[in-house]
Amino acid sequence: MNCYVEETNMCLAIPGKVVETYDQRGLRMAKVQFGGIVREACLEYVPDTQLGEYVLVHVGFAISRVDEAEAERTYQALKDLDQLTELESPVVEEIPETDKPSSPAWMKGGTNGGGDRQ
Amino acid sequence: MKYLDEYRDGDVAAKIVAEIRRVQTRPWVLMEVCGGQTHSIVKHGIDHLLPEGIELVHGPGCPVCVTPLEMIDKAHAIAQRKDVIFCSFGDMLRVPGSNGDLFTIKSQGGDVRIVYSPLDCLKIARTNPAKQVVFFAIGFETTAPANAMLVWRAREEGVKNVSILVSHVLVPPAIASILQSPLNRVQGFLGPGHVCAVMGYREYEPLSARFKVPIVITGFEPLDILQGTLMTIRQLEEGRAVVENEYSRILNRDGNIGAQKLVANVFEISDRKWRGVGTIPKSGYKLRWEFRDHDAERLFDVKHIDTKEPEACISGQILRGLKKPHDCPAFGTGCTPQKPLGATMVSAEGACAAYYAYGRHLEQHREATQYVSVESVRGAA
Repeated sequence: MNCYVEETNMCLAIPGKVVETYDQRGLRMAKVQFGGIVREACLEYVPDTQLGEYVLVHVGFAISRVDEAEAERTYQALKDLDQLTELESPVVEEIPETDKPSSPAWMKGGTNGGGDRQ
Repeated sequence: MKYLDEYRDGDVAAKIVAEIRRVQTRPWVLMEVCGGQTHSIVKHGIDHLLPEGIELVHGPGCPVCVTPLEMIDKAHAIAQRKDVIFCSFGDMLRVPGSNGDLFTIKSQGGDVRIVYSPLDCLKIARTNPAKQVVFFAIGFETTAPANAMLVWRAREEGVKNVSILVSHVLVPPAIASILQSPLNRVQGFLGPGHVCAVMGYREYEPLSARFKVPIVITGFEPLDILQGTLMTIRQLEEGRAVVENEYSRILNRDGNIGAQKLVANVFEISDRKWRGVGTIPKSGYKLRWEFRDHDAERLFDVKHIDTKEPEACISGQILRGLKKPHDCPAFGTGCTPQKPLGATMVSAEGACAAYYAYGRHLEQHREATQYVSVESVRGAA
């Protein structure tokens, strides 16, 4: 947009394609492709998401699953509104993992973990 | 309406506008709650496209705008400490406090870092065990699950040098506050799509019933806004007041149950001060007591900082839908995104910033009807 730098719009979520999934210290994570950019996202809130599916990502967390057409359309809309600058935030590198993954205890106790619908 | 062109189709837009015109018998005032919707409306000229008498006013749905000055001052006090790495989403860095902004603190040697995800703070904390890593946790319900996960994981993994400065706000109490005001003009709401992707829209139903006001949960596309407007006007004209979901391709009544569960584990409801509006009861989150070791406000003893907002602008009235950016004599002159006076201009997501970004400050004196037509929606495709 302009004079602003590295904005993060906290209303909007950006749709992207899950291109890799992995476990990181007990958290289900993914590489998600947004246009030409790939960023890491946490899949804990949409735990059933599979490789190749599309998710709506907000501040590094997938909050809902979407279908491909909806993802494409929303991505273009956000691009038109100059609302993709969240993706430009710097990547924070992590030191190599040394400990064992811990159990995501918050998921225990009967929740389905994801209310995403299409 | 599956693909992009169909959602930007000027003919479809014209048909929806014609239908609004057909069902409308009197003037109505609607509020779009979310700052993302405001941007879409202003960018595509939807407010000018609507039939005469349908007024869209802008709501309090910009998290940066509504973060009170005192919380920004608290953030700055913490960020200036040598033993702290202060992390934030990028849009908070240039928001002015009483004395400068986070960029200024960074340029003066403060360790201020922009993060993409709150989980980045865990990574930073692991690599900097001698520093306290503080995250500025602002935002509405959409952002709360991410911040909750940061705190939960910090405790679960025993990462003790992570804390958050909480300034979380909630949409339904803000809507109630607007409707309770004797000055209120709003008769129907376009509800916040992505907030409801997390929370669902169940909690809006008692609000709609209590105040007899239609609430239509709406997306961000031009045709979403028009369709949401039509659904709201239909309810008003038919004397109905219920919650409807225009954004059903993304969300449902229950929302994301997993996200809600972790948020409830980490946060509890509390009174919150909103910039330009004042304190709204039970309108935000605070950390639960069991997470007190990750509460930056407690760790750094900044509770005493209490800043009084100078009454230099009309942000508070804009956030409540009582005034529009053009009603402010400083808009676009004494107040710009480069040098903002108040809340709604400090964030790119704010209503004043949206008006400014799309050139509305240049055409204040023009006839609105000369500015936009259905063609602008078609042209955006």
